Amino acid sequence: MANMEPKKTAMPTQDADVRKNNFDEVALGYTEEMAVFESTRCLNCKNPRCVAGCPVNIHIPDFIAKITEKDYEGAYQIISLTSSLPAVCGRVCPQESQCEKNCVRGIKDEPVGIGRLERFVADYHREHNNTQAEKPVSNGHKVAIVGAGPSGLTCAGDLAKKGYEVTIFEALHEAGGVLMYGIPEFRLPKAIVKNEIEQLKGLGVKIITNFVVGRSDTVGALMEEDGFEAVFIGSGAGLPRFMNLPGENLKGVFSANEFLTRINLMKAYQPDANTPIYYPKKCVVVGGGNVAMDAARCARRLGAEVHIVYRRSMEELPARKEEVEHAQEEGIVFDLLNNPVEVLGDENGWVNQVRCIKMELGEPDESGRRRPVPIEGSEFEIDADCMIMAIGTSPNPLIRSTTEGLEVNRKGCLVVDENLMTTKEGVYAGGDAVTGAATVISAMGAGKHAAASIDAYLSNK
Amino acid sequence: MYKILKKEVLNPTVTKLVVEAPFVAKHAKAGQFIILRVNEDSERIPFTIEDANPETGAVSIIFQIVGGMTMLLNTKEEGDYIHDFVGPLGKPSEIDGNKKVAIIGGGVGCAIALPTAKAFHNAGADVTSITGFRNKDLVILEEEFKANSDAFYLMSDDGTAGEKGLVTNKLEELIQAGEKFDEVVAIGPLIMMKFVCLTTKKYDIPTVVSMNPIMVDGTGMCGCCRLSVGGQMKFACVDGPDFDGHQVDFDEAMSRNKTYADFEAHAREKACNLLKKEVE
Repeated sequence: MANMEPKKTAMPTQDADVRKNNFDEVALGYTEEMAVFESTRCLNCKNPRCVAGCPVNIHIPDFIAKITEKDYEGAYQIISLTSSLPAVCGRVCPQESQCEKNCVRGIKDEPVGIGRLERFVADYHREHNNTQAEKPVSNGHKVAIVGAGPSGLTCAGDLAKKGYEVTIFEALHEAGGVLMYGIPEFRLPKAIVKNEIEQLKGLGVKIITNFVVGRSDTVGALMEEDGFEAVFIGSGAGLPRFMNLPGENLKGVFSANEFLTRINLMKAYQPDANTPIYYPKKCVVVGGGNVAMDAARCARRLGAEVHIVYRRSMEELPARKEEVEHAQEEGIVFDLLNNPVEVLGDENGWVNQVRCIKMELGEPDESGRRRPVPIEGSEFEIDADCMIMAIGTSPNPLIRSTTEGLEVNRKGCLVVDENLMTTKEGVYAGGDAVTGAATVISAMGAGKHAAASIDAYLSNK
Repeated sequence: MYKILKKEVLNPTVTKLVVEAPFVAKHAKAGQFIILRVNEDSERIPFTIEDANPETGAVSIIFQIVGGMTMLLNTKEEGDYIHDFVGPLGKPSEIDGNKKVAIIGGGVGCAIALPTAKAFHNAGADVTSITGFRNKDLVILEEEFKANSDAFYLMSDDGTAGEKGLVTNKLEELIQAGEKFDEVVAIGPLIMMKFVCLTTKKYDIPTVVSMNPIMVDGTGMCGCCRLSVGGQMKFACVDGPDFDGHQVDFDEAMSRNKTYADFEAHAREKACNLLKKEVE
């Protein structure tokens, strides 16, 4: 008989008053007892709808059943059949709109804490039995992956398991993409990302860092000169958007990408860091997505009073509910239905005020969300010595501009067919490079899909 | 890890390093740059590629010792390794062999101006080089410029090397004497490039400048290096570093370059103390 407890087993977290002053992980994870207790809430449905909600279709009831039996390593092996980065996904997936959204228990009560259980299993494996997977026998085919973010790492892992000789080319000095430079330590400890990448290397995946495809060499040269028979482009959407406001180039105005890269990748928050970071006193973060929450919570941890300025209302905030709640608990103020119109500076070129206009919601737009409309004459100023722009990113034009035959749509996203092949034969693409900024797990799903397509393409060649 | 093949002290504050980096060497062109990290915990800093040899895989950079990171870099010797070294980054300079060009280099900017002068010279352009330094002890690359120029002028602030005066004095003198330059290329401190542009604007001579804002990734993902050019936002690392000098907002660029002045002063002091200790 299943455990009919209506609520998810709570996960211990660091106290908000303590954690707002450190970069340590906020959510502390289940203990064995909590995990086993939560696992018994699963009804082990014959036709598990949760699996369909997972972009990489993890065999969810099967791994949960193993937890109930206290066979945690068995649970890990089941997850590993379909997911390459479980410790990451268990932490950063928006489960409420994926696997847990479909959970039958969620109709009446709270759904099973699938993400928390996945995280528990991956963490247990890492702490107790972190053995290297055996390197598969090579099938002699070479595949190049452009970008070591979630889509590239997943594609590489799946191909390596099938015996392909995979090389990942990464522009930064560290692999991981947004997992390393974007998502902060307090949501995703970097040691965990590095460990999952080491596991991939154990499968024989080669990672060449400091290599900018499009500059250090081109996609064409990788195929024609270096013998790669297929290429997967997982270069993401890393080009930050600005609003073209007067004063946007004042000192103290940053893109979220810059602010987060300095903090996460360059560890600029550490006392002995060699990379500088600006310590704001009062910071305005523009935007309402997860990146805005991350930037706001980082600024808070540097000691700032932080305001999120978002043009719609709480209902439309695109960030995960859990992140919004965590941000609120940490004292971040939400100035909703406001939009910046100008950045004002002092005589030394530093931002000192952000002029905003009040908004009201009109009719729904093509995205289905109610369109924000400025209220004439409602401008006002917020004092701030820092402004962080987190209003989205676009794909970097470098690869498309240096690769002949690659088509893009009007937003600069690569055009692919149903097999994720681009308009250039043998070149596949997935993740944010195709969709524009989206989620980690959808990028991983695309990496998986592309790996299957590349396997089919090279097997029939 | 990237091996230092050769180290050469050009003057008391300027050093040349030749680094083994075959991927960079293969495609490097005049005007492009690299980003390096000295050690595993170091900051990423940009340096222009002074020379590159695709056959040997050697890439040279010339740097001035101005702060903590360049002091640390200067402690590296031949045979030592640099942790990260990525490139070539940025757009190559536009080289036109049919032009008569004036290449203006200021201080360590001459190291960046040299590959551009060389590229124009090799393409068949008529090259006039004007290099400027504070005093004779700081002069670098004199012979290299002479070898790649049809006319060469050396200026110093105090007159201890070449002629006394600023590069802009010499440029204006040449223009007034009837030299017809199709293009001027200015590379050096922002203030020097600004004044070269003010000079050439008077005579309506197209002027290219190589901008040097603060950078982090150097691949277009953060916008730290953004500039206003013709009223539009540009990222120097991907749209440049070369821009039409008459369109650049130099005052904004100079202000933005001071963002971390306090941090940098502190880092420099720390490095001074630390590196002194290592010597003892």
